[in-house]
Amino acid sequence: MRVYQFTEQPYYPAWTDHSGSLRVNLLNRKCDPHVASDLFHRYYDEWQMADELGLDIMLNEHHQTATCMSSTVVVGLSVLSRITKNARLLVLGYPIGHRPDPLRVAEELSTIDVISRGRLDMGFIKGVPYEFPASNQNPVGVMERFYEALDFIIKAMTTHDELFNWEGEYFHYRQVNVWPRVWQQPHPPIWTTTGSITQARILGERGYVMATLGSGYNTRPLYDAYRRGYVAKWHKAPGPDRFAYLGLVATAKDRDEARKRGDLVAGYLRSSSIVHLPFRNPPGFLSVEDNARLLRGQTPPRSYTKDHRVIDMRSASVEELIAAGILFCGTPDEVYDQIVDFCDYCGGMGNLLMMGHAGFLSHEQTVDNFQLFAREVYPRLKAWRQPDAEDVAAQAVEAAAKSAPAASARAGDLVDATITAH
Amino acid sequence: MSLTAEGAANSVVVDGTRIEMVERGSGQPLLFLHAENGSEPAAEAIEKLAKGARVIAPTHPGFGRSELPKGMRSIDDLSYFYLDLLDQLDLHDVVAVGVSLGAWIAAEIAVKSTARLSRLVMANAVGIKVADRETRDIVDIFALTEKEYLDIVYADPNVGRRDFKALPDAEVLAAARAREATARLAWNPFFHNPRLKSRLHRIRIPTLFLWGREDRMLSEAYGRAYCAMIPAARFEFIDRAGHFPHQEQSKAFAERVLAFVSGK
Repeated sequence: MRVYQFTEQPYYPAWTDHSGSLRVNLLNRKCDPHVASDLFHRYYDEWQMADELGLDIMLNEHHQTATCMSSTVVVGLSVLSRITKNARLLVLGYPIGHRPDPLRVAEELSTIDVISRGRLDMGFIKGVPYEFPASNQNPVGVMERFYEALDFIIKAMTTHDELFNWEGEYFHYRQVNVWPRVWQQPHPPIWTTTGSITQARILGERGYVMATLGSGYNTRPLYDAYRRGYVAKWHKAPGPDRFAYLGLVATAKDRDEARKRGDLVAGYLRSSSIVHLPFRNPPGFLSVEDNARLLRGQTPPRSYTKDHRVIDMRSASVEELIAAGILFCGTPDEVYDQIVDFCDYCGGMGNLLMMGHAGFLSHEQTVDNFQLFAREVYPRLKAWRQPDAEDVAAQAVEAAAKSAPAASARAGDLVDATITAH
Repeated sequence: MSLTAEGAANSVVVDGTRIEMVERGSGQPLLFLHAENGSEPAAEAIEKLAKGARVIAPTHPGFGRSELPKGMRSIDDLSYFYLDLLDQLDLHDVVAVGVSLGAWIAAEIAVKSTARLSRLVMANAVGIKVADRETRDIVDIFALTEKEYLDIVYADPNVGRRDFKALPDAEVLAAARAREATARLAWNPFFHNPRLKSRLHRIRIPTLFLWGREDRMLSEAYGRAYCAMIPAARFEFIDRAGHFPHQEQSKAFAERVLAFVSGK
């Protein structure tokens, strides 16, 4: 198993000083550039330490928000590709459906791959609902635009012996010839996120690494949909390395301190949804059918505990988050047991996206969290034997043949829109 | 819950796309182009207009139960679609009546060809950019709560309020489709075509701008500036109505349109 350390690089001082919205319309007057600078340097220092401890690194971007200061992920990748040595650098994600210029994306990421000597993982995403007012891209049809951008980027990264032309529905280029060309062949690994059963199957067919966030004990149906898509296309089972899960992690030597840290890290979940209401669901982001259900006041539950209790991760307690597999929290032994138990439930999961810092967790707490995890949990996770991929995939295919997963598919599709696509 | 016009009472196929279309009354043909809130809120106005004209009221592709052709995503596309409808029905001497987004479609049709049109009615029309680049002509309705939206588009917000829990499935789906279809057409550039203004001089048929006086999504100044760009256009208010005068004052709306049709 690989573990990627992730922080949203929050500007948390504003979390206690806003008028009901941390995103889109929280005025940047609230951002003190000196404080922001100190925070950036701290976060880079912590990632550098994660690299030294043998962890990999994940970073992302959001726009116009105090929840995440990284508004252009290429800057973070640029810094980290130079100051880290061994860590893989995962961007999850790059919201290419919003970008006016995917050629620029191909150039940026190829350069990062070369400077980092082949350490880049490319996660491409649709983006959360709040990104549309900031980018002004039309939320209607964004997935078409996303896939055209993705297809173009792959072609640009894998064409070496000729110039090519692109006159698509959304993008137009001539004489395409990206310098420098990518280090990893044929191109850096592609990752993406989803919470939708339908989309999970498509991702399986494409063979990308699929990540979910906050899906807790509702994750297995997504993974199984991916497995079915993968088996149908590739005639073999996807290994655990095709699956990633974003979990909050708070480790400490004693249980009480760990719970305190867990509560601070959960600040991410609690702050994430603080946004002016109209920006939460732009037109076209959800399907018409899902929007009709919302108009009727029907919102499916999003997160479940292992014993099928519904929780709202925006307001759940630390214990509830642990029970739901959203937060892995406790002593190193507890954290190991929780993660292994969850991976077993998933039928195998090979990439833990570890949110080991969020919100008000201090530098000292963050460093201690990383060190304990890296020294006392990670080695055991690496040694842990994943469930047999062929067995698990065969079960998934067989189960689907017996029953139609309509109900969970619908719930999953809404999950997609509200919390994923980080 | 069918999303196509298959099960609709009235429908027509244009360029291979089936759309809902209502026909009522007799006499001079009147093409009614509904606003962004869909065809349902226009029902009363259509019945009243039918007392003095042959009303042809399609539901735009992507709205209601009308199909959406692949690749259709601009008002320009819609204007060609309706030019084809006029050809298909072989209509002449048509009065084109549009409200808000429907008026924008009407203008995009008329700048291309008025061969089949005799008159144009533009009610609380969107479609052009008037003010400087940092000044909005049109309120960003996608940044408003439902209550804020109803407050600015209606003189009486109760007219626009709907209890979705009590409505039939088809109407709830139509409301969801209307919101999506509107954004598809009008998200960016926002409710206008930067090229349209320079083409409006081509509209040389008599044109009436009807303006719900209490519209707070658009200003009176915007409506008057728009009107001034069409050579034979005049501007009139409808009282006690906001952005959707056909819905809030369907009687006054129909009377004013029919008076204009009869040359008054």
